Amino acid sequence: MSNPVSALNGQSYDGFAKITEIGPMGMITLRCDLAEKPVAAALKKLGLSVPAPRRIAKAGARSVGWMSPDELLLILPYAEVAATLETLNKALAKLHFLAADVSDARAVFRIEGDKANQVLAKLCPVDLAMLEPNELRRTRAAQVAAAFWAEDGGYTLVSFRSVAGYVMGLLTVSSAKGAEI
Amino acid sequence: MLTLQCPYCGVQAEETELTPGYEAHLKRFGPGSSAEEFESYMFARKNPKGVHFERWRHAYGCGKWFLAARDTNTLEVFGTYPAQSSEPPADLVAKIKAKRPEWPGYSEEGNK
Amino acid sequence: MSTRLQKGGRLIDRSTRAEFTFNGKRMSGHAGDTLASALLANDQMLVGRSFKYHRPRGIVAAGPEEPNALVNLGRGERLEPNQRATTTELFAGLMASSQNHWPSLEFDVGVANNYVSRFLPAGFYYKTFIHPRAAWKHVFEPIIRQSAGLGSAPKDPDADRYEYVYAFCDLLIIGGGIAGLNAALAAGQSGKRVMLIEQTAHWGGRAVVDGDEVEGESAEDWVKSAVDALKTMKNVTMRNRCMGAGVYDHGYVLANERVADHTPMDGRPKQRVWRIRAGHIITATGAIERPLSFAGNDIPGVMLAASVRDYVVNFAVSPGDRTVVVTNNDDAYLTAIALVGAGVSVPAILDARTNVTGDLPARARAMGIRIEAGRGIASVKGGKRVTGVQVCLQAGEGAVLEEIACDAVAMSGGWSPVVHLWSHCGGKLNWSETLSAFVPDASRPPLNHDGAAMVTAVGAAAGIYRAADIITGEAGTQAPVPPVWVMPQGAPIALRSKMWLDYQNDVKVSDVQLAAREGYESVEHTKRYTTLGMATDQGKLSNINGLAVLSSALGAEIPQVGTTTFRPPYTPVTIGALAGEARGEIFQPLRRTPMHAWHEENHAYMEPVGLWRRPYCYPRSGETHAQAVHREVKNTRENLGLLDASTLGKIIVKGPDAGRFMDMLYTNMMSTLPIGKCRYGLMCNEQGFLSDDGVVARIDEDTWLCHTTSGGADRIHAWMEDWLQCEWWDWKVYTANVTEQYAQIAVVGPNARKLLEKIGGMDVSAETLPFMQWADGNLGGFAVRVYRISFSGELSYEIAIPASHGAAFWALLHAEGAEFGAMPYGTECLHVLRAEKGFIMIGDETDGTVTPLDLGLSWAVSKKKADFLGKRGMERTFLADPDRWQLVGLETLDGSVLPDGCYAVAQGTNENGQKNTEGRVTSTYYSPTLNKGIAMGLVKHGPARMGQVVEMNKVDGSTVKARIVDPVFFDKAGEKPNV
Repeated sequence: MSNPVSALNGQSYDGFAKITEIGPMGMITLRCDLAEKPVAAALKKLGLSVPAPRRIAKAGARSVGWMSPDELLLILPYAEVAATLETLNKALAKLHFLAADVSDARAVFRIEGDKANQVLAKLCPVDLAMLEPNELRRTRAAQVAAAFWAEDGGYTLVSFRSVAGYVMGLLTVSSAKGAEI
Repeated sequence: MLTLQCPYCGVQAEETELTPGYEAHLKRFGPGSSAEEFESYMFARKNPKGVHFERWRHAYGCGKWFLAARDTNTLEVFGTYPAQSSEPPADLVAKIKAKRPEWPGYSEEGNK
Repeated sequence: MSTRLQKGGRLIDRSTRAEFTFNGKRMSGHAGDTLASALLANDQMLVGRSFKYHRPRGIVAAGPEEPNALVNLGRGERLEPNQRATTTELFAGLMASSQNHWPSLEFDVGVANNYVSRFLPAGFYYKTFIHPRAAWKHVFEPIIRQSAGLGSAPKDPDADRYEYVYAFCDLLIIGGGIAGLNAALAAGQSGKRVMLIEQTAHWGGRAVVDGDEVEGESAEDWVKSAVDALKTMKNVTMRNRCMGAGVYDHGYVLANERVADHTPMDGRPKQRVWRIRAGHIITATGAIERPLSFAGNDIPGVMLAASVRDYVVNFAVSPGDRTVVVTNNDDAYLTAIALVGAGVSVPAILDARTNVTGDLPARARAMGIRIEAGRGIASVKGGKRVTGVQVCLQAGEGAVLEEIACDAVAMSGGWSPVVHLWSHCGGKLNWSETLSAFVPDASRPPLNHDGAAMVTAVGAAAGIYRAADIITGEAGTQAPVPPVWVMPQGAPIALRSKMWLDYQNDVKVSDVQLAAREGYESVEHTKRYTTLGMATDQGKLSNINGLAVLSSALGAEIPQVGTTTFRPPYTPVTIGALAGEARGEIFQPLRRTPMHAWHEENHAYMEPVGLWRRPYCYPRSGETHAQAVHREVKNTRENLGLLDASTLGKIIVKGPDAGRFMDMLYTNMMSTLPIGKCRYGLMCNEQGFLSDDGVVARIDEDTWLCHTTSGGADRIHAWMEDWLQCEWWDWKVYTANVTEQYAQIAVVGPNARKLLEKIGGMDVSAETLPFMQWADGNLGGFAVRVYRISFSGELSYEIAIPASHGAAFWALLHAEGAEFGAMPYGTECLHVLRAEKGFIMIGDETDGTVTPLDLGLSWAVSKKKADFLGKRGMERTFLADPDRWQLVGLETLDGSVLPDGCYAVAQGTNENGQKNTEGRVTSTYYSPTLNKGIAMGLVKHGPARMGQVVEMNKVDGSTVKARIVDPVFFDKAGEKPNV
């Protein structure tokens, strides 16, 4: 098998904020009753726990984000996806659940710099000042769906893979030097 | 442009993050129903000037459908609640009654 | 003449010079000037021609209410028409030209309209629409087209960039005068998140110009300390050059920031649209002075009194050497005092009131200024410039008492609070008899999402004018402003037809009176009939005066007549700013498959499919698109075609109730589909009309994978979730839209198996992987899922592979497939292949009014199932009507290709005299396989009329004969894919 190629193959841009497409990144969507004990147990094996609504929790190279009342997003190294899916399928076998690899359905961007928040403020109808620590916010970036959270002094933003070029265009235009708010 | 709070994820979402789904609490009539029943389900929609119950989906958010009670005239939002409700919650109905004493109350026909 | 004074000018920096041009003429101003103040400093009073009569027009105002001084700014890719000189900050190199004149501003041919003005009365346009018809086409329209219009529309793409920004606050204050600053201080100290925006570059509003005293200090000092204090507050955001454009529902406000209008090409966005969500909004938007209606009030040199004051105090520009002040209120005396204080002559103040008392008149009198009470202007003398005024009694009919020589007139008809933003979202107004103005009714404010007041008006915007009152928020006893709507009161028609209400649209007092006589009683109708207030200034100066004239002509009270509706934006916002970032490459999201780059590198001609771009065909050097499609069809039928099918929707449906759910979604039975098999299925909406189709694969005991159409993935996923969340919420089913997780490649044609066997890794033989089955495995080292399904009628494998490997696998198939004649094919080839097989396409054979039965798909509609979505809808009597048009194949007798969308013509005509029809074409192609035109269509009683000939219409009016045939044109037995 060839090496997996992310949507933009690591493209980056240096404006007043630094924009980088990162990845490929492993992602698993997990739909289930979040209150079920086997879910917590399965996450515990990964060093994670069930996040509170709209929160993302990180442990080492893995994170788990709350997407909706019956959906989690596991973020992990790309190479771990197949094995993790297997673990989940076994651990949750007695439950009604759906776990699917969505690593390749997404594009992931990092927005970094003192004014990284300004880039998002131009694109997302979100009150960034009120964004809580470890809050995973699902919203739109201009005309497409996006999710982001604050991390390591910047933001990580996830979009669908097919619109990665569009999202890179948005982030580029919005972080152009001289366009600081 | 409206804002509605998604009862599932708590986000105070603006209209551009939502998609509308028209009237709430419709009763589905399937095979075996009369022409009148099917018409009531498929075509006869309430269009009140005042209190109205509607479906909205937090499409650019958690993806969940929810229901909203809203005044179509003043755009006041009385409340939002989960889509898994066959009628508006009693406390919401009481709240609307207090604010709109002239409102006849929720029923199949009441807010036509 | 208008000129720069030797001293003063609080906003200009005399140490800097800014060179600019007006109509090509070089002029000079100072940093801090507006274009208008710089033009006046250069004695350029004449700045434009009026819209209808091409009368010479000068600068009237000093702010956004300016109706006349509209200019073209810049040129080429930076040309901006209709820019107000009064709100354009001067910069070195600015290029401006006047509008609506031909051939020149000084000498304009269109001014002839002025002399035929009695033939261009109110409602001129409507009247010419009616009769005579020929006159409109040959006389009026050409003239209007030649003379109408303001600025020139830019022809080049805008070279500047624009952007949006979303902002949130507890309190938004619109207007940075002392009312706005005062409100911001209070809210800022309370810890609220405050945003304060001001449309000009300066804080303080009128108070600093008029030298008011605020809380014991000069307004200038008070404003400075207020601004300094606010700047230290972290919870307060301040933006100047930022106009509150519109107030919308639930505290939503659009504001337009002119970021770099005054510093062009400095690397910043030219403008920025703020999309603000505020908990509460305070409008501190001030007031606008009203003109007076006297004959000749549009002659250059007649200006608003407070604007004259602005020019003198802010820019040290005197609009004239001798300025007559005409007023009905005390405020205009400040202008006389300022002018005399600056050493300029004020020959007289004409006050329409008979009784003039008050502090300001007393100050003016003490300065030796002549005050004439009970007087007005009968007529202004002059053409391109005021030369004098004729004085009359306000109470009379215009008999001239004396003539006063002057070169400027400063007029004041009182003030109108700027209630626009209060009114945008439903705030109501009261008519104040004292102020002769509409003021916000605080008891009937616009409402927020919680039912509470959303907007509060403060300061002059609430009709509170005195600085001391603004700070306390309590209107004290206000000096009454007796209304003067027409000057003189009994002016005859000769004078009334020279009294301008709307300068920009050339509407006069006599026009509004004519409209009233012709029966226009509603202010909204009068507005449209006369065009009063419909110009780019939206009647900021004219609305109240026009309304007063209308109500007096109707003999009604002003509040009964009411105002026209205030609509956003407050002043025009350029389209570029509204487009924001959405232009060029990112005008719209463009969805790309993992193989998109390969397609582009291989010269694919792309077509939009929803937001996707898909290769339509891959033309080779010298080939037309049609030739490329024919080649691709033949090659796929004879050798091997490769299709990027990644855009197909892929949705996982899983759970103990998934089978039950699938049976509700699809018209046919899906719960019985064995694991490992595939089945074609149809989805209908509840009305029974087809909405989507695709192949379903049973993955395991409780998992199905649904393929949807390319455009349908998101819609169908949302449709599934709707039913699961809102109707059958107790069913245990989860869905996941995994469309973008996989690249999907169709390997199609007689050599398909050979290629896969060469690559190797899994058994793809007919025995192990028969038609309509799927298998997981490995091909050429790639983990894949292979579906033996066919949309082409050929031996076909659709291979799903994780998107991040899609491009590599696609390249491998091409490299290894070369020896088998592999070629990529596009969507048009796909269409031809499926049409040759009689396969329907959602969106071609269906249009939202077509049922499965119409398409002969009754085999895919279960009779056993008690219920499925659309079942009850399909049972409606009119859908069972045997006269409904049904799917057939169509072949022209001459082999030609039927036109797209053509109809089968029937006997007779309908009630509109159009030919009756009995069918229509839904898909039509040239078939390279059969070497003739083939089509599918819906025809009345079609399936029962096999072999009959119908007449199909063509665009040129002729018809072409076509025979009704079986829609399956190729491999009727279906043997080819099943090998």
